[in-house]
Amino acid sequence: MTATNPDVAELGAQGAAPGPEPVSTSARKALSSPWASLAAIVIAVVWTIPTLGLFITSFRPESDITSSGWWTFFTNPTVTWSNYDEVLHGSDTNLVTYFVNSLVITIPAVIIPISLATLAAYAFVWMKFPGRDFLFVAIFALQIVPIQVTLIPLLKLYVHPPLNLVPLAGPDAPGGGFYTLWLSHTIFALPLAIYLLHNFMSQIPGELIESARVDGAGHVQIFTRIMLPLMAPAIAAFGILQFLWVWNDLLVAITFGGPNTFPLTARLAELSGTRGSDWFLLSAGAFVALVVPLIVFVSLQRYFVRGLLAGSVKG
Amino acid sequence: MRSRNTRRGLAVAAALATGLVLAGCASSDSGGGDAVSGTWPGDGKAECKGLEQLADFGDLSGKEISVYTSIVAPEDKPHIDSWKLFTTCTGATPKYEGSKEFETQLKVRVQAGNPPDIAYVPQPGLLQTLVGTGKVVEAPSQVSDNTDKWFGEDWKAYGSVDGKFYAAPLGANVKSFVWYSPKMFSDNGWDVPKTWDDMLALSDKIAATGIKPWCAGIESGEATGWPATDWLEDVLLRSAGPDVYDQWVSHDIPFNDPKVADALDEVGGILKNDKYVNGGIGDVSSIATTAFQDGGLPILDGKCAMHRQASFYAANWPEGTDVSENGDVFAFYLPTMSEEFGNPVLGGGEFVTAFSDRPEVQAFQTYLSTDVWANEKAKASPNGGWVSANKGLDINNLASPIDQLSGEILQDPNAVFRFDGSDQMPAEVGAGSFWKEMTNWITGESTKDALDNIESSWPS
Repeated sequence: MTATNPDVAELGAQGAAPGPEPVSTSARKALSSPWASLAAIVIAVVWTIPTLGLFITSFRPESDITSSGWWTFFTNPTVTWSNYDEVLHGSDTNLVTYFVNSLVITIPAVIIPISLATLAAYAFVWMKFPGRDFLFVAIFALQIVPIQVTLIPLLKLYVHPPLNLVPLAGPDAPGGGFYTLWLSHTIFALPLAIYLLHNFMSQIPGELIESARVDGAGHVQIFTRIMLPLMAPAIAAFGILQFLWVWNDLLVAITFGGPNTFPLTARLAELSGTRGSDWFLLSAGAFVALVVPLIVFVSLQRYFVRGLLAGSVKG
Repeated sequence: MRSRNTRRGLAVAAALATGLVLAGCASSDSGGGDAVSGTWPGDGKAECKGLEQLADFGDLSGKEISVYTSIVAPEDKPHIDSWKLFTTCTGATPKYEGSKEFETQLKVRVQAGNPPDIAYVPQPGLLQTLVGTGKVVEAPSQVSDNTDKWFGEDWKAYGSVDGKFYAAPLGANVKSFVWYSPKMFSDNGWDVPKTWDDMLALSDKIAATGIKPWCAGIESGEATGWPATDWLEDVLLRSAGPDVYDQWVSHDIPFNDPKVADALDEVGGILKNDKYVNGGIGDVSSIATTAFQDGGLPILDGKCAMHRQASFYAANWPEGTDVSENGDVFAFYLPTMSEEFGNPVLGGGEFVTAFSDRPEVQAFQTYLSTDVWANEKAKASPNGGWVSANKGLDINNLASPIDQLSGEILQDPNAVFRFDGSDQMPAEVGAGSFWKEMTNWITGESTKDALDNIESSWPS
């Protein structure tokens, strides 16, 4: 295949579809013109410059950061590790503790809502029970509730739970106080998760399920053998979304958690000191916090794109 | 069919069992209201001398107190270190938690019924709001006695709501300071001004040399404008006196009273005078866009001579700056306008607010209100940045020259201390329109319009 005219090969591959040119092909043609590529490159560069500036800033000494812009780095390159050193070792609590806390909060807070939501989505799509549509609309509507209005009532429930249950928050919280965080993140994630996975699952052809039934499969078998493999891209896509949301969360963490459960974001928020005099540390802190989400996103991004497309434009 | 029913039954049983187990755990968790027991561990220990009041609370070994503050790392370490003596003398351990979202989070926790045992509240206005929720516990008699003995009436009044005393003062900061470079002053033969008129004369003299004498910055994120409110408060305190200031803060006189307008014009004579500002940064409007942390930095480059900002600005000088009387930078007391009102001092501070009356909490409150703690804290702050209005504090224990100067000003018998007014006003004004209108005022709004707008935003 030569680079001169890739469209011919494209058309050849789609020879089975006669008549007018399919929309996707014309769109592809328009998007791969040199001008479009140039525009894409310009946009990419412009969008990356602030990140580059932040990255360069994180290596500049304090006096340079406070007195001049990052672009002066090119005429006066001074590199130091001291910002990173301060971020990693500057507080009484090792940064690793916050890192571990972030992981301990994030991993269950991703797994729990996904497990519940796939099960719930399956029930909403493939099981018939009275009030199904009403329940689904109710869950769908819950997405509208902003989490800020739930903070105080939810915390009240955790501190003084009904029916004499164990208080999940407060000085003697079980599990070091992590239960409240897992529960809260699960609660806040479920409406969207169920809705997304429901939409995805409802597009799987019913014939698949019927033929499986004929072969004698029950709900459990259909769910594990047919649904889960087909759902993998959607689950991965939602997993990434939820991971990034929980990893970057500060509000839920400081409202429901305590000093023992503070994640990385809580430390980042306090990095600049009581009166903001250490703000030059923030650029280094941002890059330390960015590492894990970046790894997660880069290693799973193909699922991300596939999952997003799967939910919307599939015919 | 049968098997399905059994399964459902099992599930219900399991759920019930879990509930029972959880309920069982909960019942073991009823504390509070313990009687005083045992002798205090500090009995006979030499280092616990001066803390005999703590004997009233008995043996507190193994007890914990949760402390919530707005002070975060690295300034939290001196606080934690200063509590070691308390643990030695009583056996109880305070647990520190600092957050920059303190003000919002504290309200959330109090409303949800999950307050800390102790909170360091930095504003009398917030203290009033908290007392209004009914969750704040009155200070025990020992704390009240200590406050009478070591702090005096001004401070006790700020820790009281409706005549009841709730919170003892802790640390303090002095806002009536003008930062300058002693080197620059002596090189040019300038003297530190002793009166307001001297200061204006000096400003003119400096302006004549081509250097803009003043620099300022009031940008501070969502709180942009607060440094300008301090300017107005400081000047009003000097031009109209503490009594008018108190009436203005409590809204007994309107916000746009002519005396206030005069004071703001006086401020404008400096901050809106393009001969005076904004040294090393730009023109008058650059004040609004310069971060308060950076507002005084041109002094180090010799491009600006004076910067009015609180004692805590010391933390903003880059590492290695010599902050002392003959060093790179230092501060002088913002001079008075007349002899009539003594030496007015504008400042701020924290108040120890308790949400529990357990003995260990009251013991800790008592400890924090003593002169022993104040000196302990001073010794635990080797880098300075802390001072208290506690009269038992030995100035020599303070590490940095600027803290020593603050301490002297606070303990001066002629000093008339007044708390930062915007911290006492209702939040709509003190943390809202006052900041915004002062920012607009800097960027061109007239004195009358600015004050009228703030007056009309005062909640009725």
